[in-house]
Amino acid sequence: MASIINMPRLSPTMEEGVLAKWTKKEGDKISPGDVIAEVETDKANMDFPLEDEGVLLKLLVKEGTTVKLGDPVAILGEVGEDPVKALADLKLGSVAAPAEAKPAAEAKPAAEAKPAAAKMAKDPEEETAPANAPASAAKTAAAPVAPPKSVAPPKSETLNPQPSTLNSTGRVKVSPLARKIADERGVDVRSISGSGPGGRVVKRDVLEARAGGRTRAAAPINLEDVLVPASQMRKAIARRLTEAKREVPHIYLTADATVDRLFDLREQLNELGGPKVSVNDLVIKAYAMALRRIPEANSSWTAEGIVRHGRVDISVAVSIPDGLITPVVRGAAEKAVTDIAQEVKSLAERGKQKKLKPEEYSDGTASISNLGMYGVREFVAIINPPEAVILAVGAAQKRAVVRERDGKDEMIIARQMTLTLSCDHRVVDGVLGAQLLAEIVKILEKPMAMVI
Amino acid sequence: MADVAKPADVAKPADTAKPADSTEKDLVVIGSGPGGYTAAIRAAQLGLKVAVVERDAVGGICTNWGCIPTKALLRTAEIIETLKHADEFGIVVEGVKPDFDKVIARSRSVAEKNSKGIEYLFKKNKIELIRGTAKLTKSGNRAALTVDGKALAAKNILLATGARPKPLPGIEHDGKSIISYKEAMALKTKPARLVIIGAGAIGVEFAYFYNQLGTKVTLLEALPQILPVEDEEVAAALAKRFKATGIEVQTGVKVERVEKGATVIVHLAGGAKVEAEQCLLAAGVRGNVEGIGLEECGVKLDRGFISVDLKSYRTSVENVFAIGDVIGPPMLAHKASAEAIACVEVMAKHKVHAVNYSAIPGCTYCHPEIASVGLTEKKAKEAGLKFKIGRFPFMASGKARAAGETDGFVKVLVGDPHGEILGAHIIGGASTDMIATLTLAASNELTSDEILSTVHAHPTFAEAMKEAVAAALGEAIDI
Repeated sequence: MASIINMPRLSPTMEEGVLAKWTKKEGDKISPGDVIAEVETDKANMDFPLEDEGVLLKLLVKEGTTVKLGDPVAILGEVGEDPVKALADLKLGSVAAPAEAKPAAEAKPAAEAKPAAAKMAKDPEEETAPANAPASAAKTAAAPVAPPKSVAPPKSETLNPQPSTLNSTGRVKVSPLARKIADERGVDVRSISGSGPGGRVVKRDVLEARAGGRTRAAAPINLEDVLVPASQMRKAIARRLTEAKREVPHIYLTADATVDRLFDLREQLNELGGPKVSVNDLVIKAYAMALRRIPEANSSWTAEGIVRHGRVDISVAVSIPDGLITPVVRGAAEKAVTDIAQEVKSLAERGKQKKLKPEEYSDGTASISNLGMYGVREFVAIINPPEAVILAVGAAQKRAVVRERDGKDEMIIARQMTLTLSCDHRVVDGVLGAQLLAEIVKILEKPMAMVI
Repeated sequence: MADVAKPADVAKPADTAKPADSTEKDLVVIGSGPGGYTAAIRAAQLGLKVAVVERDAVGGICTNWGCIPTKALLRTAEIIETLKHADEFGIVVEGVKPDFDKVIARSRSVAEKNSKGIEYLFKKNKIELIRGTAKLTKSGNRAALTVDGKALAAKNILLATGARPKPLPGIEHDGKSIISYKEAMALKTKPARLVIIGAGAIGVEFAYFYNQLGTKVTLLEALPQILPVEDEEVAAALAKRFKATGIEVQTGVKVERVEKGATVIVHLAGGAKVEAEQCLLAAGVRGNVEGIGLEECGVKLDRGFISVDLKSYRTSVENVFAIGDVIGPPMLAHKASAEAIACVEVMAKHKVHAVNYSAIPGCTYCHPEIASVGLTEKKAKEAGLKFKIGRFPFMASGKARAAGETDGFVKVLVGDPHGEILGAHIIGGASTDMIATLTLAASNELTSDEILSTVHAHPTFAEAMKEAVAAALGEAIDI
């Protein structure tokens, strides 16, 4: 007999997912393990495999629809089974067309998330629970349904399942010369209205945009506010960071490290050939080693007490289109820097393609965020719970430094990097944090420790 | 474009003359030259109801007395020149003698065919051709129209009346001793000697033509170089070639007066004299703005040309537009056609292909021919621009050597540091066709990167352009 396929939990923190793409269509035979859809979760685009076999009788949601965990997305049945009858049998009432399924699914109260729900039809004990859900869904759908609360723009055409494309109107027409000048001057050609053939951005437009002249006034700037629907990732970032900043009592400690030797070491490592090592890779290694030496900081606050982690797994913040993700370098303290370099590169690349598996971005024990490459001198980061520390790494800059030599002060030029450690005060007091930070600085300043 | 100066010449074949239509036209174009006929066809394409008023031959100066018939004459001159060098190509040719009457007749026939071609295009596009003389009349703050005194209802009027040769103070065209290009291309007998005043494109082309046909030509120019709008180097190369082929070139000379008798004697400042059978006065052109009711309607002029807004081509009168030579230089057929399209598109509220005035190519069809686009070296320097110069001589081109066309070079001004094409100047080769590529580059802001990564066919004259750009960056392969 037919069964309902519900939205499964595809990431540890997922509460809803966007059904990005159906990879099977109605009428397709399904074998166990077949991927029926791609789902955009808060962390990544995930495959949605089925463990059952049968025929996909009916798809209940359109591509691009946001579906709460445990809500129905499709009907699985047997060969020759009538989808209408199957739906009636499942008490879904009239055939829910994909278009109606969205408001129904959205309007339904948060589901009792059960990853096993996809199989519930085979479990007599649970049979009534899903029957409730579709019934309420059908009721809601029958009444005029207001647009889902999370997405209520004034104009429907501003709605787009891919917010990143909302910033531009597709391809920007720009002359090669205008492109060169814009790149050189840091002018974003997407912000300029072109006066060339077919609205092409030409040199004059870039020059005038720079001067703040005619283009600004003449450009058809959209003065209306545009509602950009938040992606699953943005929602997750918003929720988790708000929680963290509200729940976790942060304290911030800042110190400078002189990193001339670190740069020398990196140069030597890179001269050896092999994977290219970045400054960030070395800081990850130093951070992990310091956490190994100060294990009290490598902890988590829980309701039961403080968990002191045996493993040192570093979550590395990676910027990706529309958000960020923190892939984890496991056992970083014990890994060679070249291995860390390779791993970070691979994780970052796959993170940008939204191809990371949940286990690759979960359960770190401490985080690191580096904005040095953007010229940021120093900043403070928000802790990524349940971790207790996050290290914010600024740019390595040549600065004038006063040092004492033979009892005399002298000024030298040294390459310095400002590090700010955010600590969960419930776990890491100021002194403990300071010890950890001092240890990091020590390793960075005497970097041979990382390669011996 | 009607030649206002010579109303006596107006040919009005009775069979094609139509009475003014009583139904209102969306657009009436006055003049059927490259500006007028292009405007009419584009307007018809965009769904406007169009009529063209022409009092002379359809196609204007370009088709009948300019671009086209002169190219026919110049082809003859080129063949004569090639035959002079026939032995270099292993051909024995004896007794080469131009038949002047046939040369002229062929040129007239080419012009006539082109003119007929335009009449056919009018029919094809359902454009009404009205033979007659149009005049604007005041109608409130708009303009109305009459053709030979009869009213012709028009929403919009487009003036494409062109230009005509300009006399010098005290030196007027008389059509016999002091002639214009129009007589020069249809003389009954080949003059033994011809003195040409003005070494712009017209003067230079006739100098080349008559010299090849055996006339003793003297070319006079008041400015320091022949082809004053072209790059100095190019002009100097042509002057050298002209002198080598027997043309007497005098630059920086002032003509004081022309004495007419059995011959013409041109008196120059300083006492020098040049005697010839005829004098071609080609010292520029002026707009055809008289006798069409401009003053009456309040169409404003600026230094003898109609003032327009260069985006819409609208004049000071709301429903009157103007394009081409009559709105001022550069006096080029393709400039008029480009303006025609932009103007009509504005009028029809269509997407506008605006004219890029910084990238209008100019061509002179003597041999070696000359083409250019953008700034000359001198102008670029005056503008304070930073640029690199790249040159490639046709002497280094395999194709040019094989063709026996090694005279000339490509010179490009490549912006520093971005590599845009600020100017391109070609003498020799197939320059007037080649210039299209560099115009495309200049008009669309392509840079040296795009040009150098474009594969150019080998062997061609066009390779020289890429090599010249490469030379500017010190990356030329063949020099």
